[in-house]
Amino acid sequence: MKKTNEKGSIFTKVNDTSLLLIITIVIFFVMYIGAIIFQGGGFTKPQMLFNILNANSALIITSVGLSIVMITGGIDISVGGVVALVSMCCAVYLDKMGGSIIGSIGIALGIGLLYGIVQGFLVAYLDIQPFIVSLAGMFFARGMTTIVNTAPFNVENPTFVALKDTRIIVPGMGSYTRKGIYVPAYVEIGVIVALAVVLLLFVVLRWTKLGRSFYAVGGNKQSALMLGINVKRTKFLSHLICSVLAGIAGYVYFLHVGSGSASHAMGMEMNAIASSIIGGTMLTGGVGNLIGTLFGVLSLCTIQTIVASAGLDDAWWTGITIAAMLCIFLIIQSVVMVQKQKALKG
Amino acid sequence: MKNQNILKRIVGNQLFIPVIALLILALINLINDPSFFKITLVTNNAGNPMLSGSLITILDFGSELGILAIGMTLVTAASGGQDISVGATIAIAGSAMLRILCGGVARPETIQAPIIVAFLVACLVGMACGLFNGSLVAIFKIQPMIATLILFTAGRSIAAWINHNELPIVPDPKFSYFGGVIPGIPIPTTVFIMIACIIVIALVLKFTNLGLYTQAVGINEKSARLNGINPTAIKILSFVILGLCVAVAALIKVSRLSTINYSVIAKDIEMDAILAVALGGNALSGGKFNMWASILGAYVIQFLTTTLYKFDVQSDALAAYKAVVVIILVVFSAPTVREGTSKFFKKLTPARKEAA
Repeated sequence: MKKTNEKGSIFTKVNDTSLLLIITIVIFFVMYIGAIIFQGGGFTKPQMLFNILNANSALIITSVGLSIVMITGGIDISVGGVVALVSMCCAVYLDKMGGSIIGSIGIALGIGLLYGIVQGFLVAYLDIQPFIVSLAGMFFARGMTTIVNTAPFNVENPTFVALKDTRIIVPGMGSYTRKGIYVPAYVEIGVIVALAVVLLLFVVLRWTKLGRSFYAVGGNKQSALMLGINVKRTKFLSHLICSVLAGIAGYVYFLHVGSGSASHAMGMEMNAIASSIIGGTMLTGGVGNLIGTLFGVLSLCTIQTIVASAGLDDAWWTGITIAAMLCIFLIIQSVVMVQKQKALKG
Repeated sequence: MKNQNILKRIVGNQLFIPVIALLILALINLINDPSFFKITLVTNNAGNPMLSGSLITILDFGSELGILAIGMTLVTAASGGQDISVGATIAIAGSAMLRILCGGVARPETIQAPIIVAFLVACLVGMACGLFNGSLVAIFKIQPMIATLILFTAGRSIAAWINHNELPIVPDPKFSYFGGVIPGIPIPTTVFIMIACIIVIALVLKFTNLGLYTQAVGINEKSARLNGINPTAIKILSFVILGLCVAVAALIKVSRLSTINYSVIAKDIEMDAILAVALGGNALSGGKFNMWASILGAYVIQFLTTTLYKFDVQSDALAAYKAVVVIILVVFSAPTVREGTSKFFKKLTPARKEAA
């Protein structure tokens, strides 16, 4: 056993999670430094990074949820639809029904919870393919969004607008404008929520029994069952967490854009899946790291920002670059797995 | 006893679910508005006679769905997963077709190449997309839905890029025959295209081993390989055939408008195609398949769509209703639920015997 390990390639020495994580983090830094060197301009200011975070805190939250489902061996493509549905429902509640902030947060969590329970039940207890369930979920959410309200509109509720414009200043990260005025760097509330979610769930996945059982079920269902893990409940919980996070992400998204529209968060599920994969989560389950997911989102968004600021502003470039990145990472994953299997056998 | 056997055979047949669904839908329409079934002869904008009525609409618009269902059934059977990029691939193939027809000019006076050449190019493009998806699935062992996610994300962007984001209009009225009617024949051309596709696939399934090999790979890949079948080739082949179906569907879709709208063309059609396969009673996890049930399923979906439109459902909200249908379907076909119901019926049967 020891002999094969010594002989084996790098793939046996580094475990899957850390290898894929290292690849992701290196790619992110190479890309960001490359952007600073070749494009300069905005990328030299720390605010650029914070702007990327501000615009994509909802994506971070959904990606974290998706990573958990994917680690457990499932998939959920309804998250984008849930985000749109939540922001539309909250917008209607706040603007047309004169609701309160607390109530709207309750709506967001309620929709997420309901989605999680239904989808989790169908996937875990009725053994239906998660892709089909969440595909139906996605179409249901998109359809419901139009049924709730067709036309997009801005929310003018004063308390909400105040909350939306709240900016938390990051000390020591400001920059000087051309006139020499100091502009402090800022983040929105959503970023704080997103980072808290990442940190909390990272701890849960790493050090709690529930977290480890996600990995166990995703890695090998049969042996997880033998170990006495309640596989069905674990699957159910992974979908529940994912959908509740999608609900939270919907509110964060809503807080960022401040409007309700049926076309909100179009394709967000694909970006979230792409981020998770880039962040080193294996589609086959059992492998993944939420810090990687965070860097996956950052890499994805940095590429988008680079593409946008490089003047390739036509909308189609973004889609192609994301797909290309996704393709490369999928193939890397596949090659890593094949190499690992070979190394283990040899 | 004999009666029971016949009943069992009818209920057990794969065509049972789509036929029943069709009958239920027909009944709902009959009660709601009997004029649903009326067919009239009208003249279209070009002055050609054509049949009109909801049933004709279903036959007409169900064609591209039926064609896609043929390919999707094979992919589902062979790989145990579904291709979600068909809508985006239709956009790519359609865009390539327009590029050839219009030569990269937005408003050409005449078509720059024969229609057949453009169609063949579209077929090649569709097959190339299928080859790409198939390679990812078969060689790199990526789950089909994730592998096709790549083209799903990029497809419409690539389609826009092929024509430099222009929306060229085909000037030749002949091109619109494929999605409309040929002068003198009042039946929509798409029906004939569909019949041709059915004949081709029927011949292929009858005279080649494609069906058998596909099922073998889908049921057990390892034992298929031990029996001398190449699972990689079969899987890629199924995706390439789907690519061909996509090209035919793209011809119809583009021909209907004589132009293309990259973000809207064939939107959500992947959902309908998968639904058609599921409605046909085919296991979405691969293995055995029944092609005719899938095709019938496609027409049931189109029937459902047309019925929903009759009930004044907005096109954007359509997805929500279909999603409910999907969920009901998959719940009833779920193994756990099936076992539960069959146990329930078994409990009932002896009780009935005693009573008799």
